[in-house]
Amino acid sequence: MGQVVLKAINKFYDSVHAVKDVNLQIRDKEFVVFVGPSGCGKTTTLRMIAGLEAISSGDISIDGQVVNELAPMDRDIAMVFQNYALYPHMSVYDNMAFGLKMRKFDRHEIGKRVKEAAEILGIGEYLKRKPRQLSGGQRQRVALGRAIVRHPRVFLFDEPLSNLDAKLRVQMRVELKKLHLRLGTTAVYVTHDQVEAMTLGDRVVVMKDGLVQQVGDPLELYNQPANKFVAGFIGSPAMNFATVTMADGEGRLIAKNSGMEIEVPSTHAERLRPHVGQQVTVGIRPEDLHLAGDADPAGLTFNSKVEVVEQLGSEILLDVRVGEETMVAAVDPTTRAKVQDTLRLAVNPARLHFFDARTERAI
Amino acid sequence: MIEGAIWRRWVFFYIPMAFFLLFLLFPFYWMMITSVRPDGELYRPWNSMNYNPFWTWKPTWDHVRYLFEETLFASWLWNTMFIALVSTVISLVCGVFAGYALSRLNFPFAGSLGTGIFITYLVPQTLLFIPLAEIIRNYRLGDTPWSLILTYPTFLIPFCTWLMMGYFKAVPKELEECARIDGASRWQAMIYIIIPVAIPGILSAGIFAFTLSWNEFIYALVFLSSPEQKTVPVGVTSELIRGDVFYWGPLMAGALLGSIPVAIAYSFFVEHYVAGLTGSVKG
Repeated sequence: MGQVVLKAINKFYDSVHAVKDVNLQIRDKEFVVFVGPSGCGKTTTLRMIAGLEAISSGDISIDGQVVNELAPMDRDIAMVFQNYALYPHMSVYDNMAFGLKMRKFDRHEIGKRVKEAAEILGIGEYLKRKPRQLSGGQRQRVALGRAIVRHPRVFLFDEPLSNLDAKLRVQMRVELKKLHLRLGTTAVYVTHDQVEAMTLGDRVVVMKDGLVQQVGDPLELYNQPANKFVAGFIGSPAMNFATVTMADGEGRLIAKNSGMEIEVPSTHAERLRPHVGQQVTVGIRPEDLHLAGDADPAGLTFNSKVEVVEQLGSEILLDVRVGEETMVAAVDPTTRAKVQDTLRLAVNPARLHFFDARTERAI
Repeated sequence: MIEGAIWRRWVFFYIPMAFFLLFLLFPFYWMMITSVRPDGELYRPWNSMNYNPFWTWKPTWDHVRYLFEETLFASWLWNTMFIALVSTVISLVCGVFAGYALSRLNFPFAGSLGTGIFITYLVPQTLLFIPLAEIIRNYRLGDTPWSLILTYPTFLIPFCTWLMMGYFKAVPKELEECARIDGASRWQAMIYIIIPVAIPGILSAGIFAFTLSWNEFIYALVFLSSPEQKTVPVGVTSELIRGDVFYWGPLMAGALLGSIPVAIAYSFFVEHYVAGLTGSVKG
C-alpha cells in the first residue's frame, strides 16, 4: 500500500514562505507529478515527503500513519536524485545492494533482488563496473535500480531526467512509464518540464510560488486550465494570450482589441456577460488556430501578419502579429506562408479560454 | 606546450625550466656531494690546489658511518618517525570528525567554532612554546616523545580540520541523503560513504601533517634535552655543531637522510595529494 496524504503542508525558511498550504491525497499506485518553474516549492515538498526537510506545519501521512517525525529510512520510501547520487567508490552491484545491506538483508535475498532489478533495467552486464565507467543513461538506471530493490511503498523522483540529453530523456520517459505500469508502486515525481508531467502523470500538480495552482489529470489541465499560469505553462508552444475588451454587439458578445474581433460562442457567453465593458485576457492555443477557409464564420477570423516561419516538419509554427500583439499559430505543414504575408486566421470556438484580467482565474 | 618555432620552445620553456630545476635541486646535490666528500677536501680554503666545489674524486662513506656509529642518528630517525606518525594519526582522526561536524551538522555556533579553531592555528609556535613549556613541566612530560605527540596536535588539528572541512563541503550532500534514505545511520553513512569518498582529502591532510611534524623544530628543541630522545632536526643541529665547529660531512649526511622519509611519502601519494587539493571527486 502506498497512499500519501499531505494536509495543510507549510514550509518556512526563516521568513520565506516556500510552501504554502499544500493539500493533496495521493492514491495507492498513482503516479503524481509536481510541476512548476524553478523555486515554486515542488522539490521542497518532495523533500518533506522524504523526510529530508522538516515540516513547518501540517501533516504528511503514508498509509494512514503520520510520518512527520519519522526518519527518512523509516518511511519505507526510495528516492532517485537529479544527479543520481551514486556512491562513486562502489560497484553498481554494491550501489544497489547498499540499502539492503544496511537493513541487514541476507546475501541471497540481496543477490536475488539486485539481479531482478538489473534485469528489468537492462544493466545486468554492468554490475561490476564503477559509476565513473558508465554513461549518463546507465547511471540513471543504476539510480533507479537502487530504488527498486528496496521494494518501497512510495518512489520519489527529483527531476531524474534533467541531466540527460534530449533524445535520452524521451527514451527514459517511456521506460519510466513502463516501469511504473510493471511495478505498480505509488510515485511522486518532480519536474520543471511540462512534457514530462503530461506524459508520465496520472495526475499533475502545478505549483507556483509555493502555492498549488491546479491539480488534475493531464487532459483536464490542458483543456480546462484553472488560471492563466496553468494555461500558459501546460502545452507547447505556449498558449497565446491577448488582452481584449468585452463589448455587446447586437445581442452577441464580442471580444475585441486592435487586431481582432472575436464572436464569443454561447458556451462562454453567460459567464462573460458580467464583464461587458471590461478587459479580459483571451487565451488561444497555437494548435487551435488555422488558416481561415470558406467554412469559417467571419466572426471567428482575424487578420495577421507573418513575422517568422518555423518549419518543424510535422507542422509549421507561424509567429504572427495581430494588431499590437504577437501570436504563434501551429498550422499544418502544407501551408504556404512567407514572411510579411498577410494571413487570415480562424479560431476554433470551442477552444477559446478567457481569464479575468486582474485575478487571472479562468472565467 | 609552447607552439611555434623551436627556438621559442627553448627560450621560453626548456631553458627557464632548466634554471628552475637547477635552483630547486642544487641544495640536494650539494648535500649529497658534501656527505661523501672526505674531510681533507671539506676544510680547506678556496684557493687551494685542485679546488672543485662541485665534484669529488675520492668519495667516502666515513661521514655516514660516523653518523650512524658515533651519533644517535638511528634513534633520532626512529623518534621522529614515531612522533610524526602518532601525531598525524591523532590529528587526522580529530580533523576528520571535526571537519565533518563543522561542514555538515548545523548546530548553534558552528560557524564561530570553525573560525575559532582556525584562529588558534594562527598563533605562532615561537610564542606558544613558552606557555606550553610550563604545561609540559607541570605534567612532567619533559624529555619524552609525549611532550611532542601531545603538543603537535595544537597546530596539526586546526590545519587538518580546515582542510577536511573544505573537502567535505565538496562532497555532494545528495550522497549522504541517499545513504540515509537507504537506511544508514549518520555514523554508517560516514563510515561507508563519506570517508571512502574523502580518502584523497584525508591522504593530503595526512601527508601535510606528517611533514609538519617531521620538520618541526622549536617544540622539539625546547621540550627534549637528552640526545636519545631527540628528533632528527634537533639532533642533527645540536650534536653535529659544537660551538663554532661544524661537522659538515655528517651534518649534510644527516640532513639528506633525514629528508628521505618525507620524500618517499610524497612520491607514493602524490596523485592522491593533488586530487585531494583540487577536490576532483564526482558522484
